[in-house]
Amino acid sequence: MAQSVAAAGTATPASKARRPGGGKSVKRRQVVAGYCFIAPFFVLFLAMIMLPLFYSGYLSLFRTQLVGGTVFAGIQNYVDAIHDDAFLEGVWRMAKFLFIQVPIMLVLALLFALVLDSGRLHLQRFVRLSIFVPYAVPSVVGALMWGYLYGPDFGPFAQAARGVGLSAPPFLSQGWALGSIMNIVTWEFVGYNMIIMYAALRSVPTELYEAARVDGAGEIRIAWSVKIPSIRSAILLTVIFSVIGSFQLFNEPNLLKNLAPNVIDVSYTPNIYAYNLAFVNQQINYAAAIAFLLGFVIMVVSYVVQLTAQRKEGRS
Amino acid sequence: MSASATVEGQAAAPARRQERRRKSPFGHRSTPLTVGMLVAVAYFLLPLVWLVIASSKSNADLFSTFGFWFGHFNLFSNLHDIFTFQGGIFGTWIRNTVFYAVVSAVGAALLASMAGYAFAKLRFPGSTALFSVVIGAIMIPMTALAIPTYLLFSKVSLTDTPLAVILPSLVSPFGVFLMRVYAAEAVPDSLLEAARVDGAGELRIFMSVAMRLLAPGFVTVLLFQLVATWNNYFLPLIMLNNARLFPLTVGLAQWQSTASAGSGSQALFSMVITGSLVSIVPLVVAFLFLQRYWQSGLTTGGVKQ
Repeated sequence: MAQSVAAAGTATPASKARRPGGGKSVKRRQVVAGYCFIAPFFVLFLAMIMLPLFYSGYLSLFRTQLVGGTVFAGIQNYVDAIHDDAFLEGVWRMAKFLFIQVPIMLVLALLFALVLDSGRLHLQRFVRLSIFVPYAVPSVVGALMWGYLYGPDFGPFAQAARGVGLSAPPFLSQGWALGSIMNIVTWEFVGYNMIIMYAALRSVPTELYEAARVDGAGEIRIAWSVKIPSIRSAILLTVIFSVIGSFQLFNEPNLLKNLAPNVIDVSYTPNIYAYNLAFVNQQINYAAAIAFLLGFVIMVVSYVVQLTAQRKEGRS
Repeated sequence: MSASATVEGQAAAPARRQERRRKSPFGHRSTPLTVGMLVAVAYFLLPLVWLVIASSKSNADLFSTFGFWFGHFNLFSNLHDIFTFQGGIFGTWIRNTVFYAVVSAVGAALLASMAGYAFAKLRFPGSTALFSVVIGAIMIPMTALAIPTYLLFSKVSLTDTPLAVILPSLVSPFGVFLMRVYAAEAVPDSLLEAARVDGAGELRIFMSVAMRLLAPGFVTVLLFQLVATWNNYFLPLIMLNNARLFPLTVGLAQWQSTASAGSGSQALFSMVITGSLVSIVPLVVAFLFLQRYWQSGLTTGGVKQ
């Protein structure tokens, strides 16, 4: 991302001072126009992102007491949060999610993208669109549908198991629920990530691996040492978006909660916890601290991912 | 590698693609590979196939027949049920969803195009710093903003109104990033210079020259914001109380929780399922028909960093 910022600064070096008289006023007009063009976006950006962000930070420094109303509490909410087992369990659960689901999803996406790019499939278009189609399904509907598929009554898995005399698989039990949610999210997002990687693969110049082919390298060898390195930036993008997405998990567990209220509780994910604190318990200040802390965790993890990727790039 | 990626997405890439396939010494199609991929395809399609089959069944048949086989064909009666239940509120939810999604998507794409174009093509002090702020905001989890936004909106009586869902959806930092990258490549500086020499103002240049070249990027941002708003659940769940303002996602979730609670309303299962099917059809169709656009747009986002 830094690259493109740098490119912006040097985009029009040749355009300056072509007409000695008009140069200055053209320049000034550009400055005015520049601010005018970004103004509508920035007004809303400030109101809808920066203001809530700072307000949330501000709120998190107070607490409401039964006696004395709202008082300044400093970092007490944050101290409470990092000692709050309900919050920590949720973060830990999301970390597991991140380390198990995200690699599975992205490896599948990369594998499918490479297979599609090799051009060796029959029904190429059909395969590509079928894998992508779940992305167009709202996560609410995805979770509803999988919830019924998992279900013990009319879910086909349970029906099939009963058909051969087994008991229905306990998809939404304590031990299985997280895995079942991982499956739903994987189903929803493999196609989206695959399309991003596939699009990047499409723009790798063919000459890069024609040479390798002439030297006798096989498809797998080319994929590993030419194609994957060339789309590193696209892969990094999918990793970062997946990190941001998985820590924010809300929709799927919140809908499955109705089917398994004893397994998926009010603090199953940090986001569900913050939601319940704010709207059920009316603990607005504490909820703000939780949300802020979650945002901080996400920023740190994304940053670490980027740094690791950059260091690797520097080494190779 | 970057310069050609986006623009060629439209015109040159198909030609190159065929050429690559023809040239490849490994170019023969592989049946085992295809069979392997069809197994993967089955995983992605079967849940949707189940949804289609299940929405053709009555509530009783859902429980008594196998999930992947048809019972009595009951689809039209199910459709009739969802559109008449609770005074036809499902129709209202569809209208709300379309309204929120279209207004947010058009607005967000327009704002992102103007800002992205300005960052890419106009020189003004502070542009690099401001752009960095926008990029940084991509990392901010939107759900962390929802609660403070709700509190701020309630202070100005905006909660439980359509604006509460639309206003936050108009801001797409990623859209600005995408449009900045797109504008840098799709709009040649020489064209802008020529227009300036002819005495055209910046606004006119943007409207009559740049916008035309930015159209594919604009459609991409529009489509993705459309999906994001159409599928949004957390924000409307927080902001809206009045069921007549709900979008489909919140409405269906409410039906589902009523159905699971099983409070004498067993028939809701087939309605939730049929309603789910109806709610995904428009987006799936839109994606299939607008393939060319979103695929070229994703190239922009994925290739350039």
